[in-house]
Parts: sequence; C-alpha cells; structure tokens
Amino acid sequence: MYLPDFEYYAPDSIAEACQLLSQLGEKAKVLAGGTDLMIKMKNEVLAPEVVVSVKNLDQLKKIEYVAGKGVSVGALCTHNDLVKCDVLKEKYSSVSNAARQMANNQVRNRGTIGGNISNAVPSADLPPIFIALNATVKLVGTKGERTVAMEDLFTGPGKTVLAQDELIAEVIIPDQKMTGSNYIKFGLRKSGALAVVGVAVAVQVENNVIKDARVALGAVAATPVRAKKAEDFLKGKTVSDEVLAEAGVIASGECKPISDIRASAEYRTDLVRIFTKRALRKAIDEGHV
Amino acid sequence: MSSFVVDKDGNKRYAVTVNVNGSDYTKVVKANTLLVNFLREELDLIGTKRGCELGDCGCCTVMLDGKAVNACIVLALDCDGREVTTVEGIQDGEDLDIVQEKFIEHAAFQCGFCTPGMIVSSRALLNENTNPSEYEVREAIAGNLCRCTGYVNIVAAVLDAAENL
Repeated sequence: MYLPDFEYYAPDSIAEACQLLSQLGEKAKVLAGGTDLMIKMKNEVLAPEVVVSVKNLDQLKKIEYVAGKGVSVGALCTHNDLVKCDVLKEKYSSVSNAARQMANNQVRNRGTIGGNISNAVPSADLPPIFIALNATVKLVGTKGERTVAMEDLFTGPGKTVLAQDELIAEVIIPDQKMTGSNYIKFGLRKSGALAVVGVAVAVQVENNVIKDARVALGAVAATPVRAKKAEDFLKGKTVSDEVLAEAGVIASGECKPISDIRASAEYRTDLVRIFTKRALRKAIDEGHV
Repeated sequence: MSSFVVDKDGNKRYAVTVNVNGSDYTKVVKANTLLVNFLREELDLIGTKRGCELGDCGCCTVMLDGKAVNACIVLALDCDGREVTTVEGIQDGEDLDIVQEKFIEHAAFQCGFCTPGMIVSSRALLNENTNPSEYEVREAIAGNLCRCTGYVNIVAAVLDAAENL
C-alpha cells in the first residue's frame, strides 16, 4: 500500500512552519507522528499536495515544570514520553496513565500529544484528563501566540478552533488545588482499542469534604464534554459512596452518546454512571493516580 | 530544508541518509516513500514484513532511535539522520540474539509472519527493561498481532530471554 505523491517540507523553526502553512492553505497538512495522517492518506480520506513535517521543531519536545505556571508539555512529546516522564509521574500520574492506555506501544512511540488533540477525535484519551486538570493549550501562528482552554479547543468531531496557519505548541497543566485526579478508559480490548467511554475527574477534598470537582467525559458526545451538573452536585458534599454514586447518575444524564459498532448509546450512558463513580473514588482515595 | 532534485517525470526526489543496522545509507527517494518500503526495496532488507500496512498489526516493527515503531506509517524522509534497527540488525553477526534463540527454543512461532516484528518489539523492551513482568511483556507486544495465536509461547520466550540476558 503506497502513499499518493506529495511535496515535503521540514521547516527548522516554528515561525517558518506557520509561514508555510499560511502560504499553502488547504493544500498542506502537518505531519507529526503520522499515526493518524499516514493512515488517512492511505485510506484516501486526505490527499494533501504538501506535507509539512514538524520533526525538526525540537523546542516542542520538552516536558518541564515551570514554577508559577505549571507543567508544560511540548506538543511533539509522544505518548510514551508522557508515560516515562518523571515530572508527570510524580505530579500527575493520571496523565501518564491516560497516555499509557492509548493504542499500542509502537503508536505511543510515534503519536504526539499535539496530534492526539488536534485530530479532535471524540474518543481521544488525553483531552478528558487535561480538561479535568483545567489545562490550557498554547497555539502559535503567523499572527502570534494565543492560549485557549483545552475544553474550548474542540468544536466538533475532527474540528478545533485552530486556524490553518496555527500549530499547537504546548499543553499547560496549571498548579492545582485539586488533590486527586483519575482517568478510566473502557475499550473493547486492553490494547489497541478506541475508548468506548473515557471518564476523567479531578477533585479537591479537605477534611472529607469535596471543595471542588471537575468531570470530563470522552467518546460520549461530538467533543469531550464536562459534566457540569455532576460537578455542581459534588461541591460541598461530604464524601460517601452514596454521593459518588449520585454524581455518576447525574453525569450519565449529561452525556449525549451515539450508538455505533463499538457500543450502543444506552450502554455508553450506563458506563458513564459507573466510571464517574469509580474515577471519583480513586481520585479521592489515591490522589493523582 | 530538505534538498531535492526533479526527476524525468517531474516528481521531486529528496536525499535522505538513514543509519540502518549500524551503516549509513544515502538514497534519493520520493517524499511518499515509507520506511518499510525504503528498507525492503532500496536496501533489500526483507525481514521487515508488510502486514496490514495501516499501523495496526506490527509486522513491520523496527526500532527508530531504539524505540519500536511501525515502519509502514513512517516516512523515510522523517528518518533522515536517525538510527533504524531491523530484525536483521538484532543478531550479532552469525550469532542469533538471545531473544531469537529463545523464540526457537520455546517454539514461539507457527507461520512466522509476525515473528520479525515480535522479536524487534521484544528486543526494544529488553533494551530498556532487563527484568520485565509478564504484564510488561504483554504490553510491549500488544501492538504485534499473531493470527496463529501463539502468544503463550512468545511471552514465555521473552521472559526466558530476560532471565538469560
């Protein structure tokens, strides 16, 4: 299976990359890990005349903690970079664990977080946990930089607010008051399966009282979505099995899943109920796991 | 920026240098050349198999800078200046690698088509983790599909290789 012909550029700077994307417009596609783009090109879903490889943009391959800002994750970090990163494992192993559940080892070694996010697949594993942790995304284009909340980035399946000339530069996980976070994925296999449902939560618990909570759901709507009614319900409640179970019921009422080859809408809705409860319990009992 | 020439058909061809199994190879290829085809067609390294060709089955697994990747969805041009190890590069001269020896000892293959990818994924794991658990072995080869369903013996072979590194 061969790819159609295209021209290839590998710019040496972000500015040069954005300039190229601006000039080429719809003719060009950005190539990072290629785990989505190459397949879409083989399947003739996409046929860009020009491929702009961002392989040389080494400044986007770092993960670092910046005091006062949070953990900055470069867009060209691969999923396995997140799995193996000491900074993340120490502060938010929930993020490392979400990355570890994506696809399989070979794909995790190539697929980047910028690609995982910008493809805007509703079942993507990383957006829910990033949304739960209130992460922001730094976009860079020919007109400069802007920062968008992760939850505002997605506008529909495969659609984001990114302009043609913009690249995702980094994801920033801000310093947290949240005391715990967790992501639970339900796929039809342990590996190499898309999420049928993904539930991410973050909670701030003090003296057994839930001060704050964020619940983000994947694969149950056109974009990753927050379960805001469940969040509001949790705030101020004393932790108990009944409260967490009720939060699950409320969250399941907020999602709008479709039925497809992997699961029915009814099944997905019930999985949201169960996994919201379980993810909350994990985050409360075990921290950022 | 990559340097290129225009061939007689009007296609741009780009120079690329990839270190494969310890030697540098410079070729002039079209942009759409995939790493798996670069290895098989330009370098005659046919140990790397073409299976699903969509990044699902792992038959084409090679190491890129030491990490297992699917060569069917990596552009050769994206490997410029980088190191690729194929199944041919895992053995040491005429001597088989311990992973290969253990695959034979445990009869860890039936038809053999997934075997090169299995061996590369297993070797990549053992290079990073000399004492993997069974779970870690299964996680490392989860992207390598064996349709003869011989996973039990494969996992046993990798665990045995780890003990005899």
